[in-house]
Amino acid sequence: MIIRKEEKPIKLVDENGIRVDGRRVDEIRKLNIEVGVLKNADGSCYLELGRNRIIVAVYGPREVHPRHLSLPDRAILRCRYHMVPFSVLERKSPNPTRREIELSKVIREALEPAIFLENFPRTTIDIFIEVLQADGGTRTAGISAAAVALADAGIPMRDLVTAIAVGKADGHIILDLNDVEDKYGEADMPIAIMPNVGKITLLQADGVFTPEEFKTALNLANKGIKEVYTKQKEALRKRYLQIKEEVE
Amino acid sequence: MTVYFSQREMVVPGQLLARGMYRLGDNVYRVGQNIYAMKLGLAELKDNTISVIPLKECYMPNVGDLVIGLIIDIGITNWSVDIASPYTALLQVNDAFSKPIDPLREDLKKYFNVGDYIIAKVIAFDKTRDPLLSTKEPPCGKIEKGTVIEISPAKIPRLIGKRGSMISIIKRELDCQIVVGQNGRVWIFAKDPFYEEVAIKVIRKIEEEAHTTGLTDRVREIIRRLKG
Repeated sequence: MIIRKEEKPIKLVDENGIRVDGRRVDEIRKLNIEVGVLKNADGSCYLELGRNRIIVAVYGPREVHPRHLSLPDRAILRCRYHMVPFSVLERKSPNPTRREIELSKVIREALEPAIFLENFPRTTIDIFIEVLQADGGTRTAGISAAAVALADAGIPMRDLVTAIAVGKADGHIILDLNDVEDKYGEADMPIAIMPNVGKITLLQADGVFTPEEFKTALNLANKGIKEVYTKQKEALRKRYLQIKEEVE
Repeated sequence: MTVYFSQREMVVPGQLLARGMYRLGDNVYRVGQNIYAMKLGLAELKDNTISVIPLKECYMPNVGDLVIGLIIDIGITNWSVDIASPYTALLQVNDAFSKPIDPLREDLKKYFNVGDYIIAKVIAFDKTRDPLLSTKEPPCGKIEKGTVIEISPAKIPRLIGKRGSMISIIKRELDCQIVVGQNGRVWIFAKDPFYEEVAIKVIRKIEEEAHTTGLTDRVREIIRRLKG
């Protein structure tokens, strides 16, 4: 039996500023977004960021079950982040772990300010994020994908939400960490921003940044977010153009 | 006063549409001087009003709307009606018929049973309570014949057309009766079952191609071809 194991690379960033997967320090992984991939969901999105593969389904606004959870003045937002058992090298139990429950909460809180929940009192909007293959940065990829799926579902929003991680490895500030960099690097900071409104809806960090490093990291994150946002917009527009082309 | 989109351009939520004293149409919001899109759709500037025509939308009841509902439950003095919306509607016995009915003596199943489709009017809705329906005025009442199909509520204005142009073409060409519910359900009845099928196909086509230009002419062509 072959057991695949990853080993700690000797260097995360070499003397030429090239990272373990051949990227420059300020480069994001290859990003591909598809809209409307699920027929049963009101809105859906499939996202590939490097080796990450994520599928998101959005349902609603719809009636709340159980009833007592509903709020009289606005809709509730429910979010489930889940990794399928085959998403990582070693089988992950399909039960929600402590980590997944926490991520569901922070993703929900990152998306909540972008949605006009007050337009649909006593209803619910449900988001299901399934990670099919994980390679670091799934929470940020999940947020970007969920925002696209919400827009596809026709839910009124203040803005899309775009997320990316920045971090530190071998003393370099790097953009869009992969699994290895996340594990063996010095710091990791996922950030979600509403790009047009210009507000941060998620900012977590583990590791240590000096104030200067933090500023550089934030600027780098803004650059990454611009790139991801362009892709999100493109994906949403492409869906419409497809329909138009089929007719003509 | 600046506009940042071309007429009927595809916009995404949060996109800056204009700056200045424009009036707000549907699916846009204002922060200070800036006007942003709220939904995915086509942006439009008409008579100084900026609005977005959404690609997808869920049905929100409005007082006076004609809707097609499905009876899902029978209460003591009312029916629960699914109107393809986040809210389940209620039809009270005294709003259902002009003649008085004593719900204690009569079985409500006799009038509307679970699984029946009805045409009804929304008479009250304010988001804090479920919408109330009435089936007193024509063309309201139980649907006994024909077919009910469901399309996206965002496509209803296109199906009706300017001053009912599109829907009247289908009615005239295929000699059928059609009632369009604002909630996205459409009732079709033609004496000839073949024409009914053609009408369904045409409506599905309109739903698919709702945001393209020159649709009315294409619909005429499709009807002629399907009729053979």
